Amino acid sequence: MRTKPRLLQTQAFRIVLVYVVLFAFSVTALLFFTYWNTRRTLDAQTDQIIEAEITGLNEEYQHFGLQGLAETVRARTLHQGQSLYMLSDSAHHMIAGNLDSWPQISGSPGDMVEFDYERPVDGKLESRRARGRVYAVPGDVLLLVAQDVHDRYLTERMFTTTLPWTVILILILGTAGGALIGRNMLNRLDTINRTSGEIIAGDLSRRVPLTGSGDEFDVLSENLNRMLDRIERLMKGLREVTDSVAHDLRTPLNRLRNRLEESAARLSAEGAQASEIERAIAETDQLIATFNALLLIAETDAGTTRAAMSALVLGEVAADVVELYEPLADEKKVSLSLLPGPPVVIEGNRSLIAQALANLVDNAIKYTPSGGRIRIRAAIADDGVELSVADSGPGIPEADRPRVTERFVRLEASRNSPGTGLGLSLVAAVAHFHNAELVLDDNAPTGLKAVLRFPLTTLRALPAAPLKNAAE
Amino acid sequence: MRILVVEDDLEAQRYLVQGLKESGHVVDEAADGEIGLSLALSRPYDVAIVDRMLPVMDGLKVVAEMREHGSATPVLFLSALSEVDDRVKGLKAGGDDYLTKPYAFVELLARIDALMRRRMPAGVRTRLDVGDLELDLLTRAAKRSGTDIELQPREFRLLEYLMRHAGQVVTRTMLLESVWEYHFDPQTNVIDVHISRLRAKIDKGFQAPLLHTVRGAGYMIRAH
Repeated sequence: MRTKPRLLQTQAFRIVLVYVVLFAFSVTALLFFTYWNTRRTLDAQTDQIIEAEITGLNEEYQHFGLQGLAETVRARTLHQGQSLYMLSDSAHHMIAGNLDSWPQISGSPGDMVEFDYERPVDGKLESRRARGRVYAVPGDVLLLVAQDVHDRYLTERMFTTTLPWTVILILILGTAGGALIGRNMLNRLDTINRTSGEIIAGDLSRRVPLTGSGDEFDVLSENLNRMLDRIERLMKGLREVTDSVAHDLRTPLNRLRNRLEESAARLSAEGAQASEIERAIAETDQLIATFNALLLIAETDAGTTRAAMSALVLGEVAADVVELYEPLADEKKVSLSLLPGPPVVIEGNRSLIAQALANLVDNAIKYTPSGGRIRIRAAIADDGVELSVADSGPGIPEADRPRVTERFVRLEASRNSPGTGLGLSLVAAVAHFHNAELVLDDNAPTGLKAVLRFPLTTLRALPAAPLKNAAE
Repeated sequence: MRILVVEDDLEAQRYLVQGLKESGHVVDEAADGEIGLSLALSRPYDVAIVDRMLPVMDGLKVVAEMREHGSATPVLFLSALSEVDDRVKGLKAGGDDYLTKPYAFVELLARIDALMRRRMPAGVRTRLDVGDLELDLLTRAAKRSGTDIELQPREFRLLEYLMRHAGQVVTRTMLLESVWEYHFDPQTNVIDVHISRLRAKIDKGFQAPLLHTVRGAGYMIRAH
């Protein structure tokens, strides 16, 4: 589907393309040089022969005059050969020679010129190429001495007609070769990319397969695999640490809570001591809640949790949370509603996203005064998917926004309301876990708009049938 | 009821055993996985409470082996490990419920009551009754003393769960887990608000309330 533009984008293809163009250029240059050099040499040879002929003829003319020159030309033209002569008057009427007529010659006398002439070959008249010189002999007579260079001319013509085709062929074959190499590289890279994708999705046990050829890709894959081994070991170590911290703290907390419960059971329900113990139990529970939240944030943030990812209809997850909180909002006279939107499907963990959204809604209800409203919306934005909770509460001052997602940070104004100060940290951790972003923004005219912005990669194509009935 | 407790933290074990005995159960205990497994396979228990991390044989393995040998005893996992995926692992291994330490004893008690209740063959029920309140599971209609009660789908599920566990304490966490399928504690007690809404629908205007709050534990629906 996207192979064609992708292929053009591959480095391999580009490199090959540049190489092919350079190669075609060099081949053309080389051939031209060879051609030019060969022609120069051949022409020099021809010119030498002509010079020699002329020297000979000049001697004849010096000794025997025009008559002698004509005699010699006649004698030399008895046999058909490479040499061509023509002695004529100024009106180009032939005196002696082996050309049928004075050829069309451009250029002044004395210059080396090329021209076409006709002569019978195997009984047929053939136009051939010749190279020669015209001399003005005193007495209004012209002497043309030339050599037949038709073979050279044919070779030259063949060369000039085949050269463009050669270049075209080089370009076509080179491009095809480039595409082939590019595709091969793409396939190898695709394997690496697919494996990386699966690893990012949470399966750390995956490794890039090797072809066994020991080439650069194998070396790269091997290095990646070695890195992955290391990461997996570290993650496992981190998990073990988290697990032992959890275990080693929960066990004494468990005993503490058990003892408190036992003491409470032994005391009568009315006494002052009993209520002290009740309070101690409540404190313990708060401690446990904070510890659990911290642990969950740590695990989610580090990505060590292997929380199962699945395709979720964001609107359904939001509808469930809205449904859970609606009576609470109602009790506070705050209108809580989910705005209609397109069915957006993302890849995520339902429990974590629901918990993050629950925290946001919980906060919104806490800070929105009676008569206010909270709007939740799941929508597709330009660069991803947005799940937003917008309230009409006091909002968070811009300067405080970066701080509120830090652990245990609570704004002074909210110190007295219940909560651990970890709610937004967990939302941020859940966002991080999903490669998403938590953005806190103004909600005009007043209030806070908390947006979970999921990247486009988590967006899933909508299945043909809805996954689950939203009302269910 | 016979309960098996497999727990290696002896202090926690003593507390569990004592609490369960005080609640009227017969309890056997084991401090490691191997002994726990052999007990589970040699005697019939109504519920087994198994710690996730045990010496000699891991809790997951114990339950997997129990299931392998055909034991259908409901298992409640206790775990001090971090939560997110351990619950799934525990349930996959054959556990029926999962409770993270530290837990409130009432929570544990409510959950094992629910597990034991589940084990009793109830047949396919199409109707639930508590006093004069009836719930038709087929038509999804609720009636009290013949008067129709309008319920939202979630309210119906909430009432259904409470009625299936009529006479038993049902904790907020249990409701959140089975009615909303959420395994986290919302910061605010949203369940209470849902319950009071439901209460307004089923108890308001009637002489005897059916839906009771059990202090420090949760809720219970019962006729008297």
